[in-house]
Amino acid sequence: MLRYVALKVGRALFVVWAAFTVTFVLLFVLPANPVDLLFDPAEINAIPDEVKAQVAANYGFNKPVVLQYLDRFGHAVIGDFGNSVQSGKPVTRAILDVLPSTLVLASGALVLAVLIAFGIALVATATRRPWLRNLVEALPSGAVSVPVFLSGILVLQIFSFRLGWFPSFGDDGVRSLILPLITLAVPVAGPIAQLLVRSFGTELHSGYVTTSWAKGATRGSILVRDVFRNASLPALTIAGVTFGNLIAGSVITETVFARQGIGRMTQTAINTLDVPLVAGIVVLVAASFALINLVVDLICPVLDPRLRATLTTGGTA
Amino acid sequence: MSDPLLRITDLAVDYRTGRRDGTPAVRGVSLHVEPGEFVSLVGESGSGKTTLIQGALGLLPAAARIRSGSIEYSDVDVTGWNDRRMALVRGNYVGFIPQDPNASLNPVKKVGQQVVEAVRFNRPKGAPATHYRQAALESLRTAGLADAERVFGQYPHQLSGGMKQRALIAIALAGQPKIIVADEPTSALDVTVQKRILDHLAGLREQLGIGILLVTHDLGVALERSDRILVMQHGEIVEQGPVTRILTDATSEYTRRLLAAAPSRHAGRLQPTRTVRPDSSGAVVLRAAGLTKNYRDLRALDRADLIVREGTTHAIVGESGAGKSTLAGILAGFTNADAGSVQLHGRELTGLNRKQLREVRRDLQFVFQNPFTSLDPRFTVRKLIAEPLKAFGLPSDERVRDLLHDVALDETYLHRLPAQLSGGQRQRVAIARALALNPKVLILDEAVSALDVSVQAQILQLLVDLQAELGLSYAFVTHDLGVVRLIADDVTVMKDGRVVESGPVEQVFAAPAHEYTRQLLAAVPGADLVPAVQS
Repeated sequence: MLRYVALKVGRALFVVWAAFTVTFVLLFVLPANPVDLLFDPAEINAIPDEVKAQVAANYGFNKPVVLQYLDRFGHAVIGDFGNSVQSGKPVTRAILDVLPSTLVLASGALVLAVLIAFGIALVATATRRPWLRNLVEALPSGAVSVPVFLSGILVLQIFSFRLGWFPSFGDDGVRSLILPLITLAVPVAGPIAQLLVRSFGTELHSGYVTTSWAKGATRGSILVRDVFRNASLPALTIAGVTFGNLIAGSVITETVFARQGIGRMTQTAINTLDVPLVAGIVVLVAASFALINLVVDLICPVLDPRLRATLTTGGTA
Repeated sequence: MSDPLLRITDLAVDYRTGRRDGTPAVRGVSLHVEPGEFVSLVGESGSGKTTLIQGALGLLPAAARIRSGSIEYSDVDVTGWNDRRMALVRGNYVGFIPQDPNASLNPVKKVGQQVVEAVRFNRPKGAPATHYRQAALESLRTAGLADAERVFGQYPHQLSGGMKQRALIAIALAGQPKIIVADEPTSALDVTVQKRILDHLAGLREQLGIGILLVTHDLGVALERSDRILVMQHGEIVEQGPVTRILTDATSEYTRRLLAAAPSRHAGRLQPTRTVRPDSSGAVVLRAAGLTKNYRDLRALDRADLIVREGTTHAIVGESGAGKSTLAGILAGFTNADAGSVQLHGRELTGLNRKQLREVRRDLQFVFQNPFTSLDPRFTVRKLIAEPLKAFGLPSDERVRDLLHDVALDETYLHRLPAQLSGGQRQRVAIARALALNPKVLILDEAVSALDVSVQAQILQLLVDLQAELGLSYAFVTHDLGVVRLIADDVTVMKDGRVVESGPVEQVFAAPAHEYTRQLLAAVPGADLVPAVQS
């Protein structure tokens, strides 16, 4: 058991470390002169060489690459990614300022996506009307194929401009959160729903369901008591992996709805070539991704006694 | 006589395929089960026996439709009842024991909870929880689980196959039904476990006075246990009557064929129908000594020895976990042994590298258990059989035709896909593929256990013929002692990774030296019945 936890934690840490290292190579090693990245390309020729040298020294670019790497890594471990070039604020501070807003959006969207997916799967499995099942089963692929920026603008048009139910932008309170939530959740719900519909269908025809029928159970109670938990296990893993889509989706969602957050900050940081900030964000995203998947890995044995058994005995069965 | 517990009259069930309706699966079947009666429904795969049972329980798949006929429980006609009404009958009036105990319990729920549900669905509402618990424990004990309290708190994966089947019997009994329908309840279990489960079912009938409808493909089981037997073929009942009459005076040709095909009812070895190659010297071709294999803490194989003589068959028998498949895997070079040696024609196989092993494979081929998974579904028969020839750069066209002919298939099969073949035909193709390189030794891992008895008999005959014609040697892994008698010259009995007994078949079967061999022989269904065919 302990071995399993240690293994999974180790894997999560490795992912974060790898993300940090790749980012370092991309941003600080590969460019011919990383200092150039720090200035606006339009003004770069107007800047005197002494200033450039000064800046390079400040950032430690004149030291050997290995030393730079170790230095940055050492700081990163204690949460110090240097200062943002644009605002001059510490990167960690800047990220923490907008993090809650994105976190609420992303986790809210994940919860909503999972709810939508389960709704679709339950309806598709429970209904005895073929036309309804076909309709519901077509929803996931529909949901995936509509890009976030399009659906975002669409819901804005309808619910904000036409009906005036929700504000079109900003981040004050729950009301302003609803439209971005839906926009972000719908495409994420697609793959989860697709998987759930399939695993609900498979589980409904498995042997233990027949046993339940024979016990005298009704369709509803079979779905809730037997099928639900067995069918949810694979979806849980997918939900974890999907978290990456959420972060990617939040860049567009936050831009369309003019919300502050990591997504929008990423966009600005890239536009303005704010290298330390980009590095910080990449590591943060990698860390949250690793964390979510770690949690999923740790929950799975709690839900599935078979997994638990293989862990405690250390067997491979 | 009182009303029958279950009466099915003229039932016909169709399967809708695509837009057309109607592949009939059950055509006008009538049957009845009286209180305290043990009735067996015997048939091979595709005979419609499972559809019939599903119909009786109201559990037909969506594509199936009852076209005519009626199903009555104690004169209450339940034909066409919806799920909600059928839920009152199921569990309460009719209990069901499913086929595969390993798939039929919910893996994420404790066994006790699953039995409690069965109790709660079928008792008056509002009783205290302890009452349900007591009833569930009682039910587990009645099903033969003496340690009911411990099983109650365990998950299905913590139980053995036999215990799971007992838990399922407990579930079937929990609603205190008047009749129990059992669909192949022991076909996934070892023979000794099967014997205990069937003994128990028969005991329950006497103890509780319930009726039992047993569905099985195994005529031996049916003959040994039932009061009455119904034989089903192509969706129709072709024969029915008391056991003694079926044994002595079967009216239907099909029943007689089934009786003749049942391996347990043969006394001697099958005789080849083709020309025998005279030069079988009886020299040792394959010799394994002291083979040991560990999987983590489990000793799967413990100093096993085996000798296969030229032109003979050596059967390796044992129940699940005996290590017989591990042994077969090591003989074929799929798995490496931790210790011991394997010699083919005196050449040491252990420790050979891939390239050398590849050369050895020409002489040593393997036939897998399941012909439904061992053939690539996208390869035609020609491509399947030619594959080993291509791998060694040999010309294939003429050879493939010869091989097809050897396994009694004609050239019209060349361009078919596995999906267009029956189970027996697939296994023939698999055997042809194994023979492509003219091997000296075939290792057959449960090569007939996935097949129906009548098909099984054909494949066994084919193996015996091929052996006589080509002078092949077989290492034949099986759990079925009846098959051993039909095909083997020597037999090795295994238990828990060890060889417990080894010797010529007649000697081991007539005078088993080891207690476990005696147990195995006694557990073979129909073992006490007089052999009908002396061949």
